[in-house]
Amino acid sequence: MMLTNAASQARFQRRKFVDRGMTAVMALAALLAVIPLVLIVFHLLVNGLGSLTPALLIEDPNSPGRAGGGVRNAITGSVVMVGLALAIGAPVAIGCGVFLAEYGQNRLGTVLRFLVDVLAGMPSITIGLFMYALIVLPNKQFMAIAGALALAIILLPIVARITEEMLLLVPRSLREAAYALGAPRWKTVLTIVLPTALPGIVTGLMLALSRIAGEAAPLLFTSLGNQFTSTDLLRPIDALPSRIYSYASGPFDYWHEQAWAMSLLLVLFILLVSLAVRAIAGSKVTVRQ
Amino acid sequence: MSDRVPTMQPHGEGLDLRPRTNGGDARSVTDKRLALRVDHISAWYGKKHAVGDVSLDIEANSVTALIGPSGCGKSTLIRTFNRMHEVATGARAEGHVYLEGEDIYAPGADPTLVRQRIGMVFQKPNPFPTMSIAENVAAGLRFMGIRSRSEIDGRVEHALKAAALWDEVKDDLKKPGMALSGGQQQRLCIARTIAVEPEVVLMDEPCSALDPVATLKVEDLMRTLAKDFTLVIVTHNMQQAARVSDHTAFMLAGDDGVGRLVEYAPTEEIFTNPKDERTEAYITGRFG
Amino acid sequence: MAVTKADGPRAARTVITGGRHIADTLFGGITGGAAAVVLLIIIGLFYQLIYRSWSSIVDNGLGFIFGTVWNPSQGMYGAGVFIVGTAITSVSALILATIVAVLVALYLVEIAPSWLARPIGYMVELLAAIPSVVYGLWGIYVLGPFLVNVVGPVITNTLGLVIPFFSGTPRVTGLLPAIVVLTIMIVPTIMAISRDVIGAVPGSQREGILALGATRWEMIQIAVIPYARSGVIGGAILGLARAVGETLAVTLVIGNRAAIADSIFAPTYTMASVIANQFQEADGPTHRAALLEVALVLLVMTFLINVVARLLVWRVTNGQRAVVVE
Ligand SMILES: Nc1ncnc2c1ncn2[C@@H]1O[C@H](COP(=O)(O)OP(=O)(O)O)[C@@H](O)[C@H]1O
Ligand SMILES: [Mg+2]
Repeated sequence: MMLTNAASQARFQRRKFVDRGMTAVMALAALLAVIPLVLIVFHLLVNGLGSLTPALLIEDPNSPGRAGGGVRNAITGSVVMVGLALAIGAPVAIGCGVFLAEYGQNRLGTVLRFLVDVLAGMPSITIGLFMYALIVLPNKQFMAIAGALALAIILLPIVARITEEMLLLVPRSLREAAYALGAPRWKTVLTIVLPTALPGIVTGLMLALSRIAGEAAPLLFTSLGNQFTSTDLLRPIDALPSRIYSYASGPFDYWHEQAWAMSLLLVLFILLVSLAVRAIAGSKVTVRQ
Repeated sequence: MSDRVPTMQPHGEGLDLRPRTNGGDARSVTDKRLALRVDHISAWYGKKHAVGDVSLDIEANSVTALIGPSGCGKSTLIRTFNRMHEVATGARAEGHVYLEGEDIYAPGADPTLVRQRIGMVFQKPNPFPTMSIAENVAAGLRFMGIRSRSEIDGRVEHALKAAALWDEVKDDLKKPGMALSGGQQQRLCIARTIAVEPEVVLMDEPCSALDPVATLKVEDLMRTLAKDFTLVIVTHNMQQAARVSDHTAFMLAGDDGVGRLVEYAPTEEIFTNPKDERTEAYITGRFG
Repeated sequence: MAVTKADGPRAARTVITGGRHIADTLFGGITGGAAAVVLLIIIGLFYQLIYRSWSSIVDNGLGFIFGTVWNPSQGMYGAGVFIVGTAITSVSALILATIVAVLVALYLVEIAPSWLARPIGYMVELLAAIPSVVYGLWGIYVLGPFLVNVVGPVITNTLGLVIPFFSGTPRVTGLLPAIVVLTIMIVPTIMAISRDVIGAVPGSQREGILALGATRWEMIQIAVIPYARSGVIGGAILGLARAVGETLAVTLVIGNRAAIADSIFAPTYTMASVIANQFQEADGPTHRAALLEVALVLLVMTFLINVVARLLVWRVTNGQRAVVVE
C-alpha cells in the first residue's frame, strides 16, 4: 500500500486501531460464550456426583419424602421413547430432506421448506398438547407412544433441514460424475449424494437426539410419568427430563440432589453421544476439500 | 500419427463432404466408421442460446478435439453428446445425436443408458469422496447392477491398468480416492469411466487442472485409449489438440453470443491449412 | 492392451431406449410422501388446538388477548399477561444473544487459529445440547442467587436510579434470570448457523478484498457480513423461536405469577410457562380450554415470527448490495 501523505497515514492508523479493537471484542465474546458451559458442568459435577450412585440407576423411586431410591423408571422410559422417536422420525425426516434437495428447487419446494421451518419453530409444549389432544384425550389414557410421537415431530424438521442443506452442499460435480456413469437419479442420491453428506446428516441426527433426550415439556401431558419402571407403550412412562423438572421444583432436598445427579447423567450421555458421533463422522470427513 | 489421419474422400452419396465451413451440413471428415453423428444440435440455458445448430460426424476409435475461445460453447456442446446438458436447471437442447445410428434424443431414449455408452470425464477430477480407489472404479459397474465380487475386482484392475494407474495404486486400493494427487485422481476418473466400457468417452478439458507432467501422462493415455474407445476432448490448449487429436473442430461464438462450428477437419489440416480465416486467426494466436 | 472384452458390459448394451425408470418415480413419491407428513402435522396441530380450545375462544373473545387479569377461580381469562411476559423475555434474549453469537462466530471463523477455534466452537455447540430443565435447575440454584447477590445490586444502583423498571428487590426467580437463561440457551443456535454461513463465504472473496489493502475487520464488513447476513438472520430467527417457545427452563426461573412485570426483578409468566405450570392441575374444562387457547396464541405467534422472518430473509437476499471499497 502506498501512503503518500500524513492524512492517509493517520487514516491507516485509525483503521488499524479499529481492527485491533474489534478483534479484542470478538475474542471477549468468545470467552463470554464459553463461561456458562464451564460453570454448568462444574456445578453439575459438584452437586450431582455425590448422588450419582448405583442405587440411583437400578432402583425405582421411594414414596415421596422417603430419601433414597433411584430413577430407573426415568432412565428406562427415556431410552424407550427416544429410541422410538428416532426410529419413527429419522426415516421420515431424511426422506423429507431428500425431497427438498432433489425436487425442491421450485415453488412447491419453497412452500414445503417454509412449512418445515414453521414446524421447527413451533414450541415443543404445543406439540405435546397436540399429541395430548390427538391421542391422550380420545383414549382417556396417557401413554408412552404419545410422548415418542411428540419427540419424533420435534426431531423431524431439524433433521429434514440439515439433511437438505448437507445434500445441497455435495458438489454438483459428484452428482454429474454419477450421471455420466449412467446412474439413475435414485441411485445417484442413495449411493453418492447421501453417503457424501452422511457426516453432516449424522451430525444433524446427533443434534436432534440430544435435543429430544432432554425435552420434558412435550412429555408432561403425553407420557405423563410413572413411579415404576415400565416399557409398555400404551401406558404412562417416566422420563429423565420430566423427573428432573418435578424434582427441581419439589420440596425435598434429596429430590434436588437427585435432580442434579440426573442432570449430570443426562449431560454426560449427551456429551458421549456427541463425542462418539464426532469420532465416527470425523474419520469419514478427513478427505474433504 | 499420420497413418491415423483418414484420407479425405467424398462421401458415398456422391456429395462432397470434405470439410466446409460454417456449421450446417459440413460435418463429415471421414468415410470410416462413425461413432457419433451430431445432427443440428442447438442448446440453451433458459433464454440464453449457447450453441447454435452444430452438425458433425465423429469417427470411431479416434480422438476428436473441440477447440475455441473460452465461452464459445465447447462444454455445452460436448455435454449434449451424452445428455448431460439437460442436468443443469433450465437447460435444454434441440437436434439429434446418433450413436451407432440410434438417436439419443429419441422420445424413448433413456439418458442413463445413453450415459453408460457415452461416458464423460470432467475438467476437475471428481472422485467420489466416500469411496476408496477400488470402489470409485467399481461405482459405474455397480450402477449397472453388476454384483459379482470377482467380476468387479477383475474389471477394476483392468480399468486401472488401462488408465495407466495400476502400478501406482495397486497396493493402496482401499485408500480414499481423494488421497491421490490431482493427476492420479484424473486418471482414476478415467478408469472409472472406462470400467463400464462405454463406446465413446467425452473429456471436458481433462488436463486444465493438472500440472504439465500429469498432463503429458493423460495425453499419452488418450492416444492409447483411442484403440478401444472413441474420444472427444474439449481443450483450450491448441498444442494439446495438435498432439493428441485426429480431427479438430473449431468453435466460435458469434456477435449474438451463440457458439457455432466454424471449421471441422483433420487436425493436420486445421493447423497447417485452415480454410476459414477465423480459424487461422485463432490458431495463430491473433485472438481468443 | 485391449480394454474392452467380448463379454464385457459393452456387449450387454445395444440399445439406449428403455423404460423410464419406475424406481425414479417411486423414489420421488416416497420422499414426497415424507415431505407431505410435515404438512399433515401442521394442519393437525392447528386443527386440534382450535378444536379443543373452541369453547374458550367463543366465551372469552378478544378479551382473551387484551385482558390482563388471569384468575381461573373467578373465570377470568386474560392472557395478555403471558403475551407481554413472552415478548419481553424473548426479545431481550434475542438481542443479547445475537450480538454475542455473531461476534463469536466471526472470531471463530476469521480470527482464531484452528487449535483454538475448534474447541471453543465445540463448547458453544454443547451449550445447545444441554436440556432445558438442566438450565432451569442451574438457574434456580446457581444463577438466581448469583443475580440476587452480585448483579442485582449493580443494576439497582446504576440503571435503577434512573429508570424505575430497573429498580426493586432482586429475587432468585423473576424476569431477569429468565432473560439471562434464555440468552445463554439461544447463543449456540445463532452462533452455529452464523459460523456455518460465515465459513461458507468463498476464500477468494476474502483474498480479493485483503489484496486491495483492507484490514481484517474491513474485510469482514465488506466481504463477509453482506454475504452471510441472510443466514445470520435465519439463525437469529431460529433462536427467537426457541426463546418464545422455551418452556421448562423459564417455568423454573421466572417466578410464575399472573401479573405483568413492573420491574426486571418481578416474577411473571410466559405463555409456555403458564401452560406447563397449570395444565395438569387445571380447575376444569374451562380452565383447560383457556390454556389450550394460550397454546394456540403461542402457536400463531411463532407462526407469524416465521413468516416475518422468511419475508425478511427473502428481501435481504434479493436486494442487491453494491460493494463499495475506498
Ligand atoms: N449453467 C449455465 N447457465 C447459464 N449460462 C451458461 C451456463 N453454462 C454456460 N453458460 C453460458 O453458455 C456459454 C457457453 O459456455 P461453455 O459451454 O461453458 O463455454 P466453453 O466451455 O467453451 O468455455 C457461455 O456464454 C456461458 O456463459
Ligand atoms: Mg468449458
